[in-house]
This record gives sequence, C-alpha cells and structure tokens, in this order.
Amino acid sequence: MIKDTVKQALQDLFPDPEPVAEEVVAPAAEGADTDEDKKKPVKKKEEPRVNGVLERDHAEHGYDIDVQLDPGELLAAVMIIDKAGFFLESITGVDWIKEDQLEAVYDFSRYDFDTCRVVIRTRTPRSAPKIPTISKIYPGAGWHERETHDFFGIKFDGHPHLVPLLLPEDADFHPLLKDFKP
Amino acid sequence: MSGPIHIQPGETFTLNVGPQHPATHGVLRVKMEMDGEYIVKAETVLGYIHRMHELMGENRTYPQVLPNLSRLDYLGALGYTHGHVLAVERAAGIEVPERAEYIRAITVELNRVASHLFWFGAFVMDLGGFTPLMYAIQDREHILDMLEAVTGSRLTYCYYRFGGLYNDIDDDFIAAAKAFIPRMRKSLKKYDALVTGNIIFEKRLKDIGPISAEMCRKYGATGPVARGAGIDFDVRKNEPYSVYPEFDFDIPVYHECDSLARYKVRMEEMEQSLRIVEQGLEKLPDGPIMPAKKPKLIKPPAGDYYQAVETARGSFGIRIVSDGGKNAYRFKLRSPTYSNMSLFDEACEGMMIMDALAMMGSLDLVIPEIDR
Repeated sequence: MIKDTVKQALQDLFPDPEPVAEEVVAPAAEGADTDEDKKKPVKKKEEPRVNGVLERDHAEHGYDIDVQLDPGELLAAVMIIDKAGFFLESITGVDWIKEDQLEAVYDFSRYDFDTCRVVIRTRTPRSAPKIPTISKIYPGAGWHERETHDFFGIKFDGHPHLVPLLLPEDADFHPLLKDFKP
Repeated sequence: MSGPIHIQPGETFTLNVGPQHPATHGVLRVKMEMDGEYIVKAETVLGYIHRMHELMGENRTYPQVLPNLSRLDYLGALGYTHGHVLAVERAAGIEVPERAEYIRAITVELNRVASHLFWFGAFVMDLGGFTPLMYAIQDREHILDMLEAVTGSRLTYCYYRFGGLYNDIDDDFIAAAKAFIPRMRKSLKKYDALVTGNIIFEKRLKDIGPISAEMCRKYGATGPVARGAGIDFDVRKNEPYSVYPEFDFDIPVYHECDSLARYKVRMEEMEQSLRIVEQGLEKLPDGPIMPAKKPKLIKPPAGDYYQAVETARGSFGIRIVSDGGKNAYRFKLRSPTYSNMSLFDEACEGMMIMDALAMMGSLDLVIPEIDR
C-alpha cells in the first residue's frame, strides 16, 4: 500500500514523536464533532493544529493523508511525494483571518488503482505571506502558484514568473482574502 | 503602418494567437515567439473571462451556488454539477437514493457523449474538414433534446439537487435514450469511416504533439490527455464514486502520446459511455429520487472535504472548507483543462504553428472552465 509507505516517509520529516502523538487526539475530537453537531451548533474553536501527519478517512473527507508543516519543510515533503510518483492536482489557499494566517493547500494524487490523495498544508503569517515555490519540482505548479498569488497574495519564493494569471495584469488586490472589499 | 515585414535570419517575431481566434475556441491568448513557422517560445495568457466563481461560492449558500457550476464547462456541464452535489453530500452526510444516482450516471454519460461529439466536430473542423461537424451536431442535438426534456435547459443544467434530482425521468426519456444508443453506434462507425483513416487527417496528427506520461504527471494532466499518453487513469475506476462500480465498462488507453492517440481515446470513450447508459437503463431501480429525510438548511460540519469526479475533460476536483455555516468558508474548483493547458507552453516549443494548433485542439479546451 502506497499510503503506508508515503505516510512513513512523511512522518520522518517530524523527528519529534511528541507532536504526532498529540495530533492523534485532534482528529478524534473532530470526528466526534462531526457525529454530534447535528443539533447544536458547536462553535468552540479548538487549538490551532500542530504540525504533523494525519490519516483521514477517504469516504468522509475525500483524501487519505493530511500533512501540516512549516514552509521550510515543504520542499522536502514535496520531493518525497514526487519520488512516490504522485501527480499535482491543485494548489490553493485558505485565509484564516482569525488566526492571522494564510494557508496554502497542495493536493497530490496518483495515476494508480492504489488510490491515495495527499494534502499538504503550510501556514504563513498574513502580514508577510511567503512560501517557497515547488515549480522546480513540479513545473505544473507554476500556474497554480500564480493563481494562488492572485487570489491571496502569497509570495512564492523563487517562482520564475509570478505575475497575475487570471486577474488583470495590473491587479493589486487579492479577492479571496476575507477582508477584501470590492 | 504599411510596408512589407523583413525578417532577418535568426530573428524572431511575436505572434498573438487570440484572444479572439477561431482556433482557440474561446477567449484564450497564446503569445508565441516565432522563428518563421516554428515556435521558439509560447506563453499562454488567461483570464479573459475570469468570473471568480470561487468567491461567489463563498458569498452564497450551497444551493445558491448550484447554477454556477454549469457555467464552467458549457459542453459537459452535468459532470461538474455532479461533482458539486457529491462534494456537498459528502460534507453534509446526505444519503442519495439509488434511483437518483443511476439517473445521474445516465445523464452524465449522455452529456459526456454530447461533449465529445462537439469536440470531434470542432477538432476535425480545425484540421480543415467541415462536414463531420454537421453530422456530430445532428447527433448531439438528439442528446440535447432528451436532456432538455428532463432538465429544462439545453446546456447550463441545474438538474441535480443535494440528495437527489430536480425531477424524475419519464418513459419518453427512456424510450429516446434506448433509441439513441443504436443510432449513435451506427454514427460512430460512420465517423470512423469518414475521418479516422483519412490520410490527411492522419498525417496532421500522427507522431505530432507529443505529451509524455512523465509530462502529464508533472503538470497534473488527466482525462483523455493522460489516457492518450498511456496512463490508465479514470476517476470513475481509480477512485470510484456514485454508482460507477456497478457498471461494466473499459477505459481506453493509447500509448502513442500523440494527438491521434488523444483523438482515439475520446472516440472510444463515447462507445464506453453508451455502454454505461445501456446498463443504467437496464438496471434502473424504482424508488424515490429525493431522500425522505433531508436537512432544510445545508450546514456541513466544520472540516475540509474534497471530491473528484471524471468529467468529459478529466478529473474535476472540488474542495469545500466549511466552518459550519451555511456558506462555504472556501470553495475551490480544480478544473481539468487548466492543468491540461498548463503543459501546452512547454509541449509546443519547437513545433510548427499548425501542428501546435492541432495539438491544442486535441486538448479539448473549454475556456470558461479554465478561467472559472
């Protein structure tokens, strides 16, 4: 199973076993949340997620492995993914304005019947969002990163051509930021 | 600005293909640096019909976004709306009656045939043959009539609902679909005789426009583009959803990596879609088309959900990040042609311009879907 090998390889990026052990608690809490909050709108914001590797139920979430890491570790993780023969599905962002952070989300999947979708997330401060580019590893990331830069203003360090792709060429606004006013 | 243009040997000039150009089938622009007839470098410029569907997805409730999805790809819209309803059903945990899923599969496959038919006509027209387009549109018209009768619209369908369908199919639809299958099979033979073996057609496509499997992987190409490069990948088989595991169908794969391989993949896919429609009509169970119990207000629990479906153009992905509200916190659309087109800049380097345009046709672009 490719899932286990990739999970193991990604796990090795986090040498300290402590945050991983802590991490196992978080999905359980969230899973319980899913079942229970049919009636009461549970709006208690849990602690921000600790970096680490999580295994997700494909039927429930649509992906198998969910990794959160620091931008510095991104390239190492993507290289593992590349070596395992994954293709790049998409890159996007999420604006977590309450935590004052921007998240970049990378989806990878495989051309294989041994299905496995890996989601890599990395967070960067909203004031100076900066993430290294992965377009050296996956040239297809070029467009996705330009799009994410358009919508969220995340600077992809080392991108060869980070100019607006979908927005007008002189656009200086980022419409998917939660504080964007048209 | 009159007077002849003198090009010195080794000097390149810039050629703008588009944004208004018949070969791009929409408002797409490719800035090409040309050395005579050869492309030295190409840069695709997007965004001419960018409408920010993702922001609309955040500003509206889930049902309000439903019609948006069919405005992405106007040729195979049902596949996209299918992705959206499946994603929301996954997030909100809504059960779908079996009959509804069967009807969804039948209509999606009919829509796939319609989409491929239009692509076939337009593609051959790009290469200089006008007649096949007329035949293709005639066949496509039958599908559009059938779908119009049940969905209420010809192209921009809003037929699926969370948990089921807007209305049930009737006997007329079933009879029309049953009559259409043999008609289409005959037409496919006709197209083969008319186009596939044609020497001019073959010379324009064979060994032209190579897209290797490795390139597909690096750029995330899916759908017929990947299957023409020898990659056995179809979301319906690899990551089964809906009732597709119930059907017996094959995934056509060609290893030549050229434009002709992508053409052949699509032509065979039509036959496979017909097989699915045939089996779907045969197995169609009775029952309701909407679940008995359905939340009045759709509020998926907080979380991050992803759903991939196989549309006519490849793997369409939809990500819903929910914060428990009635609007999505983040609504991401992963469009297949966006990834398929992103490899064009690299793939067309060094090609002659007419070969590059033939290759562009073989990618089956729908621009509103790239720009979203």
